Amino acid sequence: MAGQVERAEGGAAPRLRPPRDICRKARWSGAVVAAVLAGAAGAQDGRVSTYEQMAPELRAMQDDDFSNPGLLWAQTGEELWAEPSGADEVACAECHGAAEEMAGVAAHYPDWDEESGQAVDLAARINLCRQRHQGAEPLERGSEALLALTTLVALQSRGQPIAPSEAPQMEAVRGQGEALYSTRMGQLNLACATCHDDLAGGRLLAAEIPQAHPTGYPQYRLEWQEMGDLDRRLRNCMVGVRAEPFAAGSQEFVALEAYLKARAVGMEMEAPAIRP
Amino acid sequence: MLAAALAAAPALGQGLEEPLTAVPGDPVAGAAIVGEPTRGLCLLCHAGPFPDVPFQGTLAPPLDGVGARLSVPELRLRIVDSRQVNSASIMPPYHSLVGLTRVGERWQGDTILSAQEVEDVVAFLATLTDPPIPEETE
Ligand code: HEC
Ligand code: HEC
Repeated sequence: MAGQVERAEGGAAPRLRPPRDICRKARWSGAVVAAVLAGAAGAQDGRVSTYEQMAPELRAMQDDDFSNPGLLWAQTGEELWAEPSGADEVACAECHGAAEEMAGVAAHYPDWDEESGQAVDLAARINLCRQRHQGAEPLERGSEALLALTTLVALQSRGQPIAPSEAPQMEAVRGQGEALYSTRMGQLNLACATCHDDLAGGRLLAAEIPQAHPTGYPQYRLEWQEMGDLDRRLRNCMVGVRAEPFAAGSQEFVALEAYLKARAVGMEMEAPAIRP
Repeated sequence: MLAAALAAAPALGQGLEEPLTAVPGDPVAGAAIVGEPTRGLCLLCHAGPFPDVPFQGTLAPPLDGVGARLSVPELRLRIVDSRQVNSASIMPPYHSLVGLTRVGERWQGDTILSAQEVEDVVAFLATLTDPPIPEETE
């Protein structure tokens, strides 16, 4: 357990997670080309991660675990994972084993929490574990420690397809997310859908508008010079249209994420992603 | 007030004849608003005759030549509230608060441009009578 973040001898990639599928890009762009050629509705759909739109230097930075700063957060996460915490003096690792046991988990979040009767995102789930099983205080949303643990867990799903939760209650949550996504808001009166469905690929001043797939969170944005979660990205988009952002960790953000995940079903997880 | 004015105009579709202020619009001030992306926000979506702004939007028709295509009342209406022309328009309503939701605290109750700024922008757009210089798209 303790050894997961150690870099393998001889300068090879750190042994943090299963090796990534190198054919990924070829497969996705192949699908897109096929869709264009077929021109048929419902044929492979043309969904692309922002990764595909980024400059080659940024893609290289994301792909190389030695230059991707997200891996440093995962490393901190690994330490926290193994550290006894809270009144119960118990570590995540004592209940869950190695971080690798979390493979696939991030790919199906947000999920339904029976006990509280609400949908929770991955960070909220980590905080519930702290409160319920470690007797610890919840970590602050967006804090280094919570980002580190979330990054560690998300990393275990790298390369896996997004597979939204099948809990029946999540259907309504996704519906709520879709409604928010299509609602115009703010002084500029734009909806998420305006930019990310209708105008994706266009240029808003210097920025190419991405399709808004939540494949890479938490992620390291050069603009932030640090890791940030999806809430932070969505707050930026909302402030961009001069809207009052939803609160970090709010049900609205969880619903938006649930909808975005469903919209990106089958796309590969790539956290920790790099973005401009 | 403005909403009432718009509602009162019969099937207005095309233009707002009446200037919003008594002071005639100043095209130089208007150029400063349109040409500064963070002020007018126009260049986020539109391209225009501003060679010093390296990146310009590709989401809307170029502004070049718009003064030849549209009359002053037509321009004014499109800046005040483009939804009056196209209800599905993505262009923000620059001088209307009608139907806005969840406006951020620091912008609440304010329109994007003041009445005088709208007049300045319109005066500037009216000078754009030359067609676009051919340039690379995308
Ligand atoms: C005015 C246009 C606009 C609106 C409206 C908008 N966004 Fe964005 N969004 C952007 C742009 C531009 C970027 C990319 C920023 C960059 O990389 O510099 C972005 C980035 C994103 C990303 C990051 C994608 C990635 O690969 O990491 C997500 C997710 C997202 N937006 C979701 C949303 C949601 C949800 C809403 C509504 C609450 C929304 N956006 C509203 C323009 C917009
Ligand atoms: C978020 C995108 C956006 C912004 C910001 C924006 N516009 Fe527009 N504008 C459009 C679109 C799209 C159209 C095409 C007509 C429509 O859909 O309403 C348009 C149409 C116009 C027209 C009519 C053009 C024609 O040939 O018929 C004028 C004039 C205009 N805009 C001026 C401006 C000015 C000036 C500003 C800034 C003060 C501005 N726009 C800001 C998106 C935008």
